[in-house]
Amino acid sequence: MPLQSWLLDAMEGPTPVSALIHAATMVTAGVYLLVRSNPILAVTPDARLAVVLVGTVTLLFGGIIACAKDDIKKSLAGSTMSQIGYMTLGAGLGPAGYVFAIALLLAHGFFKAGLFLGAGSVMHGMNDEVNMRRYGGLGRVMPITSVTFGLAYLAIIGIPPFSGFFTKDPIIGADFSEHGAAGKVLGTLALIGAGITAFYMTRMMFMTWYGKRRWEPEAHPHESPAVMTWPMIVLAIGSVGAGAFLILNDRLQKFLAPVVGVPPTSEGVFSTAGLVALAFALVGVALAWVMYGRVPVPAVAPRGRPLTVAARKDLYGDAFNESVLMRPGQWLTRLSVFFDNRGVDGLVNTLAAAVGGTSGRVRKLQTGFVRSYALSMFFGAAVLVALLLVVRL
Amino acid sequence: MNGFPWLTVAGAVPLLGAIVIALIPGLPADSAEADRQARNTMAKVLALGFSLVTLVVVIIIAVKFQVGGPNYQFTEIYSWIPAFGVHYALGVDGIALVLIAMSVVLMPVVILASWNDAESGRHSVKTYFSLMLVLETMMIGVFAATDVFLFYVFFEAMLIPMYFMIGSYGGGRRQYAAVKFLLYSLFGGLLMLVAVIALYVYSARSPVTGHHGTFLFSELVHVALSPTVQKWLFLGFFIAFAIKAPLWPFHTWLPDAAAAAPPGAAVLLVGVLDKVGTFGMLRYCFELFPSGAKYFTPLVITLSVIGILYGAIVAIGQQSMKRLIAYTSVSHFGFIALGIFAMTSQGVSGATFYMVNHGFATGALFILAGFLIARRGTDRIADFGGVQSVAPVLAGLFLISGLAMLSLPGLSTFVSEFLVLIGTFSRYKVAAVFATAGIILAAIYVLWMYQRAMNGPVRDEVKGMPDLRPRELLAVAPLVVLLIGAGVYPKPVLDIINPAVRVTMTQVHTTDPKPAHPASNTLTAVQKGTSP
Repeated sequence: MPLQSWLLDAMEGPTPVSALIHAATMVTAGVYLLVRSNPILAVTPDARLAVVLVGTVTLLFGGIIACAKDDIKKSLAGSTMSQIGYMTLGAGLGPAGYVFAIALLLAHGFFKAGLFLGAGSVMHGMNDEVNMRRYGGLGRVMPITSVTFGLAYLAIIGIPPFSGFFTKDPIIGADFSEHGAAGKVLGTLALIGAGITAFYMTRMMFMTWYGKRRWEPEAHPHESPAVMTWPMIVLAIGSVGAGAFLILNDRLQKFLAPVVGVPPTSEGVFSTAGLVALAFALVGVALAWVMYGRVPVPAVAPRGRPLTVAARKDLYGDAFNESVLMRPGQWLTRLSVFFDNRGVDGLVNTLAAAVGGTSGRVRKLQTGFVRSYALSMFFGAAVLVALLLVVRL
Repeated sequence: MNGFPWLTVAGAVPLLGAIVIALIPGLPADSAEADRQARNTMAKVLALGFSLVTLVVVIIIAVKFQVGGPNYQFTEIYSWIPAFGVHYALGVDGIALVLIAMSVVLMPVVILASWNDAESGRHSVKTYFSLMLVLETMMIGVFAATDVFLFYVFFEAMLIPMYFMIGSYGGGRRQYAAVKFLLYSLFGGLLMLVAVIALYVYSARSPVTGHHGTFLFSELVHVALSPTVQKWLFLGFFIAFAIKAPLWPFHTWLPDAAAAAPPGAAVLLVGVLDKVGTFGMLRYCFELFPSGAKYFTPLVITLSVIGILYGAIVAIGQQSMKRLIAYTSVSHFGFIALGIFAMTSQGVSGATFYMVNHGFATGALFILAGFLIARRGTDRIADFGGVQSVAPVLAGLFLISGLAMLSLPGLSTFVSEFLVLIGTFSRYKVAAVFATAGIILAAIYVLWMYQRAMNGPVRDEVKGMPDLRPRELLAVAPLVVLLIGAGVYPKPVLDIINPAVRVTMTQVHTTDPKPAHPASNTLTAVQKGTSP
């Protein structure tokens, strides 16, 4: 936020590309660069606060969009935006957050790529259907995909001992101890974000794997071949273990210490913030169960409340860009072209026309008639004589 | 003066070629079409041959050029008009050498690319190629001249072949464009002539020349001119160069001329002729009038930044492919002038390298646009669409050249644009920030043009479009190879440019600004091993 709107459109690409680029590597390069810029952030507290603000707004923004999307890939894209918000938030917290930002980046690489490949596997089995309202009850027919997807799910919503718990919750915890009162507010928002994460992910789980089969008549879902399931299994192992591996014994912290310095003493793994975040996540899960697990999911989306409608339209990110940037830019371009043709070039052409016109008029004096020349000579001589007389007098 | 007159040979080969081609006897009007074709092909092959020989001669010069040797090499001096102290004096420094090299590389490319451009039957084919070779002689001469009078002669004489190439072989409003081009350039050239004569008069008064008037550049740089005189003479030269370059607001002749000219002539016009303007600013405005140049620097920087943004914005709004490319050049010449007048070694090196890269990038794009336009019969972008699925090689090379226009990392234009921006930033921060926005605008005009012309559904008129023919591929491939090659490894070119830039900087009494930020001073101190 506010430079996010391209991501959802980029989901048009093939799913493995989305998994690699839009989830695991390219988009997180921004977080890497922020952490790399730690010497700059160290001398500018204001910039850090700005980074924290952007991170917090982004994590809520992405989460809200993810809640409203029925397209599984777009919902995951909103989730990616939200998770990157957490990483950015971590990077903005200074030495307390760098390690966790990078840890979440790595763990996110596993679980989000796993989720995307899972989504791809489902689409493979469902004739490239992306609408989750057309899924449902797929857990039985696609056991491997559903289990790996489920492990990644537990990781992203931060259930211990999966990797999200070790990497995301400490960022929320550190948020409370930095930036004074503002930190408390932002920390609370980050906690709400954890609840939102749990909500949209649980919603996705229920809509895809459980409940009634809402398949299109011609859909014949089946488990994907080994070449597709094995990568998901590998990523699932990472989703489960990466967080604990990186954070326990301060492995990543020691590894990164020469670059980003040592964070101030943390509260240990099971911090207060971690437990509160877990509580928020469980509330999110419960809410999603009430809305999507307990009652059947309608195959056609209801109209929804204003926030839902807005979130389906990416919270008007594209509309904002179009009205604030594209339209004025278009007008500026048209105005400039007009100015160049009529103003700058017009001036040149006017000058040329003036010279041409003057010479044309002067040329008319050269009539070729001796009598007109004689007349003008007579007048000229008369004027000269008159002038001489005036000067003499 | 000693040794083999390599530069004269380089200039004489194309002139000889032009004469040979012009002497090919014409055929009677009732002769067979096949005979006429054979004559035309002979003219083309001869033109290509002579331009290739010239290329070989210049490659020999480049290889023999000693990096780190004397600033001017391959010098020749012969007295030409003793009564006025005019000499036939040639010599190249690193800056002139790379520009000559660029020109002679472009020439065979352009000849190959415009193989069929003169076939409309309106005018003779052999004259077209003869004019091209004459133009090549002028281009070598204008960069190699070390006598101001000789430079002026080449500077003005270049207009003549170009005038005929646009006026006789162009399309659209070719007469209007040719006259506009000629009048605009002549106007600037005459201002320069006044300044050139004034230089002679002042040199005759100076004790440095022993009170003998001279036009020799090597002597003129030592003539002490008062600041007021410098300001006026600077303006005389600068306006001529600003029109040639062209800088905003002297640019409106360029889109007209480039759109009306045949594609090959447009490449030479934008790629080489316009570079004479920026080359002149660097060589003549700086070294002859250092204090005048410094006085006007804020003005030129402002004009350059306006040109960068304005040219790009107007380019975005163009409907015609050729005019769009022409306006991008207005933007790019803003970058070049910005780098030159930033007066930092990075800025000036970058600007010089930029001149070379721009010649190749714009050259490739213009040539490819020419192929597209010849196939489709119109240059309106909206009339294309889906070309990429019909002619993938053509579209792919078009994309690479376009990416070079927007300075994508990995292509040589990125190196030069980056150097220009760094060089500018260390002295004029605000200007550099605004100029950087030009890169984003460049992405818009290039990618949007590509999207409209190459992507999308295939239009019916585009369906039968053939892909690049071997001759066309042979013409464009060297440019693309050079763009990529110099983008990955620019050092050989920069090694030739840098010493000449240092000499120029010394002549203007300028050094690079010291880093102002205390943190960077601390960093330097730490690097030197001393505590702050």
